[in-house]
Amino acid sequence: MKETNLEALETAFQAKIDKDIRIEPKDWMPEEYRKTLIRQISQHAHSEIVGMLPEGNWITRAPNLRRKAVLLAKVQDEAGHGLYLYSAVETLGADREATIDDLHSGKAKYSSIFNYPTLSWADMGAIGWLVDGAAIMNQVPLCRCSYGPYARAMVRVCKEESFHQRQGFEIMSTLANGTPIQKALAQDALNRFWWPALMMFGPNDSDSPHSQQSMDWKIKRFSNDELRQTFVDVTVPQAEMIGLTIPDPDLKFNEETGHYEFGAINWDEFWEVVKGNGPCNADRIAARRNAKENGQWVREAAMAHEEKRKAKQAS
Amino acid sequence: MSTKEWPLWEVFIRSKQGLNHKHVGSLRAPDAQLAIENARDVYTRRNEGISIWVIPSSEIVASDPDDSDSLFEPAASKVYRHPTFYDVPDGISHM
Repeated sequence: MKETNLEALETAFQAKIDKDIRIEPKDWMPEEYRKTLIRQISQHAHSEIVGMLPEGNWITRAPNLRRKAVLLAKVQDEAGHGLYLYSAVETLGADREATIDDLHSGKAKYSSIFNYPTLSWADMGAIGWLVDGAAIMNQVPLCRCSYGPYARAMVRVCKEESFHQRQGFEIMSTLANGTPIQKALAQDALNRFWWPALMMFGPNDSDSPHSQQSMDWKIKRFSNDELRQTFVDVTVPQAEMIGLTIPDPDLKFNEETGHYEFGAINWDEFWEVVKGNGPCNADRIAARRNAKENGQWVREAAMAHEEKRKAKQAS
Repeated sequence: MSTKEWPLWEVFIRSKQGLNHKHVGSLRAPDAQLAIENARDVYTRRNEGISIWVIPSSEIVASDPDDSDSLFEPAASKVYRHPTFYDVPDGISHM
């Protein structure tokens, strides 16, 4: 009896998804759907928050006030995006602090791109242009994700992120048209961030076992390889336009398919960084842990203050 | 390490004079004042609002999706509540 009931619920759920009816927090959903979303949205939130660190590194050293104001606004946006996403994950019944503790213990992952260091100002350009560019490519289809709160958060994020990519490209383009040293810095940043940016789309479709279920549930709308190809196709001409060279000797345009063909991605490097062995993994987690632990007395004091005020009011 | 978490607040924003406050999301804050200040930083960085309401999420009472048939189905059959239900002869205007 119970079995058939579950089956009926699952059939009705899939029928709703197939009709593009959004799923809302209090609706029935399969446990696996809930778990998949909690994992994906919390990792997305962590990526926004950890993503503040490599850029925060350059705020005090921005070359002028305009660049500094822009970078501050961008990093503040990332904080906001993290908060929208933590709110979305809470609607699924997940405990916000527990998801954050999972990040700090290493149980939860975040985008591995943020485990690379930001060595020069040009990296602010490369991150905005390539990393935010790749993130937008991933996030735009998520605006139509079947889970309402996630889709709505993504609409806000995408609206705000379009300036992130433009400011990055502007930095790259300014440097690429500057002195030979400035141009070399821009090229060096592109060299270091190109391949990690391509890895942001995740493993090849053939090595991405959960993808099909996510596609059926309309959490995911395009495969990793499709999105990566689109990213390469739009980004290569942008690099050419500002006179920079994509660091891939195998890159060539295929007239017949209308797509760029690109060289093999170093997946060993990708998995090493995911496993925690990237250049900055330890630093990033340590920074997040310190922030939480050192801020604990402030959070406790704020709560104690409110409890005292309430008690006074009641008496 | 486990201390009491800040409560959850639902945030409503009036985007401009003449429009309703609309739900935009939620956040955590220790009290109402900080909930409003945080809402301003999280939800109105680009002139999205001129007024903010916050309410503890625990104070919201919501209908159950399982009851939606009994709550909303009756309205579906009452097409005569819409002006398009009625025949108006050609040539009649201002109606």
